[in-house]
Parts: sequence; structure tokens; C-alpha cells
Amino acid sequence: MVPRIWRRIRYRYNVIASYCESCGSYYYPQREICPKCRRRGIVKEVEINDEGTVLSYTVVNGRKIALIEFKNGTRMLAEVCGDIEIGSRVKKAFRRYGEDGEAGIIYYGTKFVPII
Amino acid sequence: MKVAIIGVGTTEFGELWDESFRSLFLSAGLSALEDAGISGKEIEAIYIGNMSAGKFVDQEHIAALIADHAGLAEFGIPAIRVENADASGGSAFRQAYMAVASGMHDIVIAAGIEKVSDASDPMEVLSSAIDQEWERFVGANLPAIYAIIARLHMHKFGTKEEDLAMIAVKNHKNAVHNPKAQFRKEISIEDVMSSPYVAEPLKVLDCAPLSDGASAVVLANEEIAKRLCDTPVYVKACTQASDYFSIQNRRDILTFEAVVKASRKAYKISKIEPKDINIAEVHDSFTIAELIAYEDLGFAKKGEGAKLIREGETEIGGRIPVNTSGGLKACGHAVGATGIRQIVDLVIQLRGEAGKRQVNAENALALNIGGSGATAVVSILSR
Repeated sequence: MVPRIWRRIRYRYNVIASYCESCGSYYYPQREICPKCRRRGIVKEVEINDEGTVLSYTVVNGRKIALIEFKNGTRMLAEVCGDIEIGSRVKKAFRRYGEDGEAGIIYYGTKFVPII
Repeated sequence: MKVAIIGVGTTEFGELWDESFRSLFLSAGLSALEDAGISGKEIEAIYIGNMSAGKFVDQEHIAALIADHAGLAEFGIPAIRVENADASGGSAFRQAYMAVASGMHDIVIAAGIEKVSDASDPMEVLSSAIDQEWERFVGANLPAIYAIIARLHMHKFGTKEEDLAMIAVKNHKNAVHNPKAQFRKEISIEDVMSSPYVAEPLKVLDCAPLSDGASAVVLANEEIAKRLCDTPVYVKACTQASDYFSIQNRRDILTFEAVVKASRKAYKISKIEPKDINIAEVHDSFTIAELIAYEDLGFAKKGEGAKLIREGETEIGGRIPVNTSGGLKACGHAVGATGIRQIVDLVIQLRGEAGKRQVNAENALALNIGGSGATAVVSILSR
């Protein structure tokens, strides 16, 4: 299959959420339509640079995958590099996620690291 | 119009190396027709639940293929495939139910099929039921999503890994007496606890297998049902709901909102309350899913699901026996067939034909979930 990652590079290299100016709701990942306001919503992109809190996590295939919550209430699923537990504070880091075979393009994205 | 189930059939679930996609659906369909005592030419439409024949066996357009091989090509009846990940079977059942309830058709078949063992990595295929771009990309798979939910449930409500293990133990015990089950073998809490982690805190024995299998049911309106069948089982409600696709967007990841919405609606339509349900088949793709189903279906308060399993209330002989077939965990999880297989087992129970796992039941409930909960189908059946 043709790699699809390039279409979303902007959203993978940064944490970009949506903010609805009509009702003040935030959504991650970015979406076109505010589920609360529907067609009356005015949806803008906002970058999240805050620290996050680990809401829950798992270890699968040797990787730590966590559901991280930000101050504005949005949540993001991402890999965390380092020791965490529920409630740990984490900050974002630009990291390699994988590649399309040995000769394929490399997938970069946002991971998180614990704040010590 | 009132709708009844007048015939059921299912193949054994498991790694069925001798069976092909085609032989599976023929076997399930023919046994449902035989059970209904009809030749098949009475059937006006067929609805097939199937998640991913394209990925599993490289065959699409399977509804017409199945109709043809079932000998129905001469009649030219409509054949429809329904896909909602592992809720495909339940969703196909609901389409068939609506076709008869509306009066559009008098007698139809709802079936489900999946042939998974020809594929090199079936769990990879099942994991396409979660968000490819925002969940799979970061390394999560379907077990990982349920594991994240399980860890939070344990943290917030004090649920233990042993509680989840008890669900696997119960379902294996039930499967011993189910001739169609994949694992007819008891396991112990220690077996579960010592099995390796798939996605912490979920272990191998917390996870349902992926199985080959096919199941089919014949639905008819009340008038025809009474004429053809001595023991019709009535569909009192069949509801479906959806939810935010990714757990990132759910307000409370410990509640499957689609299950809550579909079940509340089903209770309202059927005028049957959770306390009136005598038996249930729920979607235990992972043990945590069964535990949360207790809560979301109203059998237990939120956070108290573990109490039900600790006190034996969901065992055969308990207040509300759950997964007397063995569930997805031990009967097997033939993905798109599972939602129909649940209906087959409940009909067998309501008719009193379940042998050693028989429960005295008037009202039965089936819960079929797609992926990590973005689709839920609830059916309430009564004698």
C-alpha cells in the first residue's frame, strides 16, 4: 500500500487539537465538525504544548502506550519512553515511530517522556 | 410485526483446518434450515455478518457467493453483507430482524461467518477495527486498548487481575458442555495468572482466541413462525448504537456508551428490565469487556462488576448466568459469526435444549460489540 503518513505529517510532528469557538470545546485529534454545535460550530486548530498526565497505560510488544490527558481536557494515545504509572506527568518529544520496511520512509511522530 | 426465530445452526468454532470459507457457511446454513424444517426456497433474503473476508481469505462480494452456493441463485433473492468489525453478526441479525418486523419480508436468514486461520496474522486484521491513523499508528492494537481500560478499572475500582481471571475460568468451565466450543477444557486461576502478558495487565488467557466458524438463524413473522415451529423464540428488541471511535474521545473510558444506549433502548422497547433477564451472552473478547458489560447492561452498578464474578452470580446456577456457551473466550470468537452464534446459544437455552449447561430462562440478552466499543448491538429474546 502507498504510505499514507505524509498527509498527516503536520499533525504527527505537532500535537494539534481542534477548538470550537462557539462552545469552547477542545478535541484531539483534530476534527472538522464540532459534535456539540454541528453546523453552527466554528472549529479552529490549536497546538498543544502543555505537559500531560498519564490517565492509564499498557505495555504491548515491548512498547509503553499511554492515554495522556492535557489541561484542556483532551486526551491523546501515544508511546511513552521511560517509567510511568497512572498520574505521572509527561512532556512531548519528537521521536521515530517506525518505518515502511527497510528501504521505506521513516515514520516520525510525537512521543512522551516522564518529567522527573 | 412480531418476529420469531424458528431455526438455528452453527458449526463448531475453532482452528478448522479441513474447513473452507465455503464449507463453513454451507454447514451452518443447512443446519439452520433443517432445524426450521424448511427446504430453503421459502427464504426471501439473506443477511451475512462478516468482518473481513477480503483480508482473511481474499474474497469479497460474499453475500451473493453464499446465496449461490446455498442453492438460492435460481430464486434471485437479495443477499446483503453487513460489516461492523466483530459486531458484524449482531448487526446482520438486526438488519434481518428489521426486514421482517417492517413487513418487507416474511422469512429471512441472518448468518455470520469468518474463516480466520488461512491468514498469517488474524489479530492484525482484527486490530483494523480500531483507528488506524490515531491508535494503530502509535503502536496500540485491540488488546492494548482493552488493557488501558482494564488498568484504569483496576486503579479506580479496585478490580484485581484475579477477578478478570475468574471470568476466563468460568467461561472455560461452561464450554466443557458445549459440543460446538473451541476449548472444552477447564482452566484454573493459576493458569490464567501465569500466562504471559499480551498487553499489561491482560494476559493470554484473558483474551478470546480468533476462530473459524459460521452460524445461522432463520427469522419469520409470528404467523409463519406459529405454523412452522412448535418452539418459536421471539425477538423482543434488537437495538444498535455507536460511540466515539477512539478511546481518546470518550469522556469515560470505563463506560461503553454504545452498550449503555443500545441496552437502555432495548429494555424500554421490550418492557423487560435488567432484573428480568435470566441469561446473557456478552462480548468477552477480553475478560475486562465481560466485567464492564455487567455494569453497562445494568446487572451491576458502575465499578461493582467484580462483585458479580466474585460472588458467583454469573455462573450457571447464579442469579444471571453469563456466557453459558463458554463465551468468546472458550466457545471461540469467529469474528463476524460471533453475534449470530450468541443468538443460536440463547435460542437453544430458551428452548430447553442446552443439556448439562441448561439454565431455566424466560428472557435472554445478547450483547455483541465491535472493536473497542464503537458499535454495540443488544438483542432481547423471550420464549
